[in-house]
Amino acid sequence: MYSEKVMDHFQHPRNVGEIENASGVGTVGNAKCGDIMRIFLDIDDETHIIRDCKFKTFGCGAAVATSSMATEMVKGKTIEEAMKLTNKAVMEALDGLPPVKVHCSLLAEEAVHAALWDYAQKHHIEIEGLKKPKSDIHEGEEDEAEEY
Amino acid sequence: MGKMIYLDNAATTKTAPEVVEAMLPYFTEMYGNPSSIYDFASKSKEGVTKARGQIADALGAKREEIYFTAGGSEADNWALKATFEAYKSKGNHIITTKIEHHAILHTCEYLEKERGAKITYVDVDENGIVKLDELEKAITPETILISVMFANNEIGSIQPIKEIGAIAKEHGILFHTDAVQAFGQVPINVDELGIDMLSSSGHKLNGPKGIGFLYIRKGVKIRSFVHGGAQERKRRAGTENVPGIVGYGAAAERAIRTMEERTAKEIQVRDHFIDRIMKEIPYVKLNGHPTKRLPNNVNVSFQFIEGESMLLMLDNYGVCASSGSACTSGSLDPSHVLLAIGLPHEIAHGSLRMTLSEETTMEDADFVVDKLKEIVSGLRAMSPLYEDFIKKQKN
Repeated sequence: MYSEKVMDHFQHPRNVGEIENASGVGTVGNAKCGDIMRIFLDIDDETHIIRDCKFKTFGCGAAVATSSMATEMVKGKTIEEAMKLTNKAVMEALDGLPPVKVHCSLLAEEAVHAALWDYAQKHHIEIEGLKKPKSDIHEGEEDEAEEY
Repeated sequence: MGKMIYLDNAATTKTAPEVVEAMLPYFTEMYGNPSSIYDFASKSKEGVTKARGQIADALGAKREEIYFTAGGSEADNWALKATFEAYKSKGNHIITTKIEHHAILHTCEYLEKERGAKITYVDVDENGIVKLDELEKAITPETILISVMFANNEIGSIQPIKEIGAIAKEHGILFHTDAVQAFGQVPINVDELGIDMLSSSGHKLNGPKGIGFLYIRKGVKIRSFVHGGAQERKRRAGTENVPGIVGYGAAAERAIRTMEERTAKEIQVRDHFIDRIMKEIPYVKLNGHPTKRLPNNVNVSFQFIEGESMLLMLDNYGVCASSGSACTSGSLDPSHVLLAIGLPHEIAHGSLRMTLSEETTMEDADFVVDKLKEIVSGLRAMSPLYEDFIKKQKN
């Protein structure tokens, strides 16, 4: 079902964990749909280079693997470069995902953006092309929310 | 990878060697068409007749009440659609439950949307047992059929079939049960339980795939679902799957013969599994009834983690299991059964079903629980939900 790359990143996820006093933290997804992704960024305020990136994810194999790959792909990049990270690029780097799992790769892109948004808010800066993240990337996918 | 530990016997089972042995001559030696006139074909016919008898005996039914189908789904479709068709002059209302297999639920949806049926989906309690008072209250003069599964495929809850049979009889309504998971695992007598129709599938009880049957009590007037030749007393056309039927007969006979000893052993391993998990892993919930459950069913939910991740990790150790998480169902919603017993979505996503066989040992259970402990704590360490939970507890 999954490519070898996906399985490798699932079984040996890179950059799992938290960054204390992170420059930016972003959480996307929701537990109802079975996937939540949280990304921590450590950003150099002078150079805007992402020095470190860590993640925590609740979700399936694809969600964990895309989180892991996304953190690898933004580490060492500038904010501007990280902004160019797309879910498609993450998917390609993982040698593809099954069609039902494509939405997991959206989470990774959104989580990076959400963490950058948090950084921008804290530092009162504007990042070109960055929009306020949706609190829930599944917004609009369902008709009505059920309460438990 | 070491040896495989197969804990997905609710999905399918290994065909028993004695079943395969019984089937083999019907491929290359006694391959005649049972409908043919010559003596050679009579051997095939005898094989089918014997199997029909073995299955009828296993249910306390008559031979002529067993109709072979291509599996459990066909039997469910037939029972519902043909009953609706045959009894529409009496009414258009069918009562079923929220935890049925999709072969029932999707057929009901079809009847609702395309054929003008009215369907009531009765609730179950938190243990997955159908609410009898609700079921009885749902009956109207238009009700023609009650269809309640014998035992649930995900959480293993065994339904009060005898009581439902009595309610149906009292109100003059037909009673169908999907016994795909129960047949061969628990004793079933159609007369004692008041069952009018019963669906079953061969590959769930160490028989072959692609064969099932619908038991139809004499007097129930439903018609053919597959039109064509005069096979199965003109009620199910198509040349008989002779090796499959023979295999199913042998599997049913074997299941009844071994039931007591086999299920006693399974219950012992099942309860050991459940005890250890509940004691040794925190934030876990048992899904399904603690005692009224199939002898081989273990279903638990681990908080803060997602089921598919667990399955992939278990697969690493050669352990085959299943989950009710959305990611394993191909949709965003977790299993309808877990939602019906009142689990919040995030806990339903963290469910794990392990269904044992007679070959599952205590050592297997210990190995799996040991690995599960590692897997669960590893995935929790990675989970933002767990992180939030721990932080909240500290405050």
